[in-house]
Amino acid sequence: MKICIVGCGAIGSLFAAHLAQLENVEVWAFDLDRRHVDAINANGLRLSGESSVLSYPRASSNPGDIPPCEFGIVATKSMHTQSAIENSAGIFKQGAVLTVQNGVGNEEIIAEYVPRVMRGTTFPAGHMVEPGHVAQDTGGKTWIGPFEAKPAAQEEIETLASLLTESGMETLAMEDARGAQWTKLIFNAATNPIGALTGLPHGVACDQPMLRKVISGLVAEGVAVAGALGITLDSDPDELVDHAREVAYLHKSSMLQDVLAKRATEVAAINGGIVKFGQEKGVPTPLNEAIWALINGLEHSWTRDDQ
Amino acid sequence: MNPIRSVCIAGAGAIGGLFAGHLGSLVDTKVLVRRQDHADRLNREGLRISGKSDLQTTVLASIEPAELDDVDLLIIATKAMAVESVAKCIAGHFDRAAVMTVQNGLGLEDVVAQYGDWPMISSITFMSGVRHSDVHIEYELDTETWLGPWNQRGASMNFAQAVAELIRNSGLRAKAFEDVRPAQWSKLVFNSVVNSIGAVTNLPHVKDFANREKITDLGNLVARMMDEGKAVARAQGIELYEDPWEMNVNAVNRGKTGEADYAHVFSMLNDVRAKRSTEVGWLTGAIVREAHRLGIAAPIHEVMYSLVKGIEQTWEPNDERRGEETAT
Repeated sequence: MKICIVGCGAIGSLFAAHLAQLENVEVWAFDLDRRHVDAINANGLRLSGESSVLSYPRASSNPGDIPPCEFGIVATKSMHTQSAIENSAGIFKQGAVLTVQNGVGNEEIIAEYVPRVMRGTTFPAGHMVEPGHVAQDTGGKTWIGPFEAKPAAQEEIETLASLLTESGMETLAMEDARGAQWTKLIFNAATNPIGALTGLPHGVACDQPMLRKVISGLVAEGVAVAGALGITLDSDPDELVDHAREVAYLHKSSMLQDVLAKRATEVAAINGGIVKFGQEKGVPTPLNEAIWALINGLEHSWTRDDQ
Repeated sequence: MNPIRSVCIAGAGAIGGLFAGHLGSLVDTKVLVRRQDHADRLNREGLRISGKSDLQTTVLASIEPAELDDVDLLIIATKAMAVESVAKCIAGHFDRAAVMTVQNGLGLEDVVAQYGDWPMISSITFMSGVRHSDVHIEYELDTETWLGPWNQRGASMNFAQAVAELIRNSGLRAKAFEDVRPAQWSKLVFNSVVNSIGAVTNLPHVKDFANREKITDLGNLVARMMDEGKAVARAQGIELYEDPWEMNVNAVNRGKTGEADYAHVFSMLNDVRAKRSTEVGWLTGAIVREAHRLGIAAPIHEVMYSLVKGIEQTWEPNDERRGEETAT
């Protein structure tokens, strides 16, 4: 069994390192960061923090080096989905490809290049410590299921889920994984940009009554779009917001971390995803549109030299 | 003969300094400031205006209204959030004076009127200046100040015309209106939108604000928000004097040379960059409150008002748990 991780950053490395511990699985990592690739090939891939793993996937920045694989797991930032799958599609001519990326819309892009696709949602998070070394910050489950328009077979989904679970990443095979994906999407769309635009940690933002109301407004738009798509959410995203306030009061959202580092954010796949599906279904999403435009504006401000 | 023979300017920042520096060449001009060293320097060196005017004026400055004799006209030219403390300070003084407010935003006349029964002039100013020091202001944009009797307890129209004439004679530009609210609201709607968007995106007034090609272009957000503001104005019977969208398009095209953007840095963005409290409560927040009072929806204004207040929170860590954030 061969599995290739496409995009071996923090999240991709969590998957690659866990899976490479399995004896019957050959794990490859495709990543453009040559220092990370070289470090993995020289010394293995190390996880610290919530996990303690040292394993030996093989890594390359050249898709031509990688043999055909039964499974792919795409873990790039969402703005790189297109180029990543375009370059690596040859590896998956007979394979099924799972996305564990943020946002929505990645499955549609991947499906243009490979025969069978799985949608996925993952909660574990981590950050790169140095080339070849990633710290896992949080644990959590992963949900995977078919991408309806070009589905992977249910046996494939179950096979991959049990391999992941066996490797230490608890994964649930679903017949419909949209509920999990949209629950996380709506939560992220309502909370990430609020942190990114104000600079406030999650709990502090929630304690501002006006901001908390904006968060609920963003949630309501996402819930309406999910409803129009016929998706049953796993849980109430507004309750997740309050829960996160309790357990992650000082958490700075990944989008805030991107903004602080002046990196492009994933707003187009998150708030933009809700807007695009809303347009398709005729559901108005003015608040998500406003947030999307504001984040784009903020990203544009970094290209100016008047700061 | 102009009936206004003496004036007092409260606040000597860029706008207050421009009024004092110009009016001082015509009439007896006093300046009420907050800092003693500022007053001392003004009394010692006078006030210099450069740029569109070239003036050196003598003024009488103090931090105590009692040390300044009564005047015919008192202009409050501080930022909006300082108006209430000025009003408290002048309460019981300047019995003869009419008071004019020139702040961005809504409701400053009401704030002042709580502290005395002066007849009031409402105004808005489009001029701009750069404050180089306590005693030197550069006159930058020589655009008009529009003024008129406050609609609740106003000075007479004749007096308003005299104020406009005096300002014009001093070298600035001004126009008197029977009802200044249509102009005031044009600028309020314009400012509440572009200032809040600039503060949140960190963008000065660049062409993005007028782009409406893609769904994510900021111009769409600007237009949608201006529609909310216009609806609030309409609901209280105010026909805007100028279309805020036109003001926006004109502003981003003004002074454009070749490909370079005209990039005015909004006062609210300046405040955010300097980690100072902003005027958002008097602009975007004022529209949110008016919308609420009138039962009109202004959801984008609510978003923008909340975001700017959230940004202000990042440098006002008054939550106990925030201590942990810096400690860890």
